[in-house]
Amino acid sequence: MKGKETVFFKNAPKILGTGCIVGKNESDGPLAEYFDERITDGRYGEKTWEQAESKFHNTALEFALKKAGITANELGCILGGDLLNQCVAASFAWRDSGIPFIGLYGACSTFVEGLALAGQFVDASSFPTAAVSVSSHFCTAERQYRNPLAYGGQRPPTAQRTVTGAGCAIVGKSDKDAPEIKCATFGCVTDSGISDANNMGAAMAPAAYETLSTHFKNTNTVPSDYDLIATGDLGEVGRKILIDLLSRDGISLGDEYIDCGCEMFDIKRQDMHSGASGCACAATVFSGYIMHGLLKKRWKKVLLAGTGSLQSPLTVQQKETIPGVCHAVVIEV
Amino acid sequence: MNMSKKEYAEYVKNLEPASPHLKNFIKAFLIGGAICILGQILLNMYMSFGLDRDNASAAVSITLIGLSALLTGFGIYDKIAKHAGAGTLVPITGFANSIVSEALEFKSEGYILGMCANMFKLAGPVLVMGISASIFYGIILLFL
Repeated sequence: MKGKETVFFKNAPKILGTGCIVGKNESDGPLAEYFDERITDGRYGEKTWEQAESKFHNTALEFALKKAGITANELGCILGGDLLNQCVAASFAWRDSGIPFIGLYGACSTFVEGLALAGQFVDASSFPTAAVSVSSHFCTAERQYRNPLAYGGQRPPTAQRTVTGAGCAIVGKSDKDAPEIKCATFGCVTDSGISDANNMGAAMAPAAYETLSTHFKNTNTVPSDYDLIATGDLGEVGRKILIDLLSRDGISLGDEYIDCGCEMFDIKRQDMHSGASGCACAATVFSGYIMHGLLKKRWKKVLLAGTGSLQSPLTVQQKETIPGVCHAVVIEV
Repeated sequence: MNMSKKEYAEYVKNLEPASPHLKNFIKAFLIGGAICILGQILLNMYMSFGLDRDNASAAVSITLIGLSALLTGFGIYDKIAKHAGAGTLVPITGFANSIVSEALEFKSEGYILGMCANMFKLAGPVLVMGISASIFYGIILLFL
């Protein structure tokens, strides 16, 4: 059974290597050991937060290339993005690279969007290899979407914290025993009328529900067919909503289901309200934690669903509701 | 999803965790009250130095603003405000914090178009409203 939203890859595009870098709070969380580089200085030796975020991309790619055993010259293209206006963190990172760069914006779903497109490029032999690199930074996101860092404000329990870091994956063809991208389901922009920018989990959950329902239908699978189902950054609130919405259709998400936004931090101890968010949330949790589990064969079939909340500070001020989007890929080893 | 936008909003409202209002009220009262007590102590102190009431009041405002700016710069004010909420937002210290935090944030975009241009982004509405209200009040007084 095959729906128009799901693309099946025939020529086995594989994830040859991943790399990631995270900030201080992420390094203090339960997944710390899985990240390649953990930094304590959010400026990462640069003059501005934006420059630091840009440099995250270079570091993440370096780790990914090393693990994939290839050099940057062998890359066909880099796909990527971030949360900043005009996606400057990603594009500025590659200005001296000499590698074609394809900028993407899917808010926090960008990593999975990139993986799906890289899979397609490699599957069609358009490029021998493609890198996907996305980033987010708490300090750059706060100033763009919310208030200055030193401003004394309170956040509601539904608020999520932007992950500081970047994740990168190299997709290519190989005879090596590497995790393979089997298919991708692209999601529609879904608006359920939420206008509270401090409740992105609730804004994104309907998109995740739509994409996952479509995916299960198109692939003729049920949640228990997967060893792990991971959504990007729904947080505690969005996670609860997704589980409930699917259960109303008789689809039950069990122990195999995690949300990267709930896994990143020790929410109670670190006082992270509803959990983590940001492009780097799904990207670093996948590049570090999930990839580790795939390589160790802890999980053999993983469904990764990136969730994005598509508002801008301007549309929030204009009282627009917040649309969400969700893209999913299946990775098997 | 078989839910209208209105139904979904209702549904989300029931699912999302509520803010701990009572705890927040108590913390706001205690910390906001502590700032007021500090103001009173300063006022008495300045008056005992020989300042008259008007000048002593101005000196209290200046001291509190200075203190708030300093704590904002050291990254302490936002940590207190996280617990205090309106307790640190309503006093004059909150106003100072909103200006200093913007100034710090936009230093990287240059002093004129970055720092100076953005300093009053949060405080601006308060100024506009305050000045408008005083003009309105002045006009009423003129005709009384």
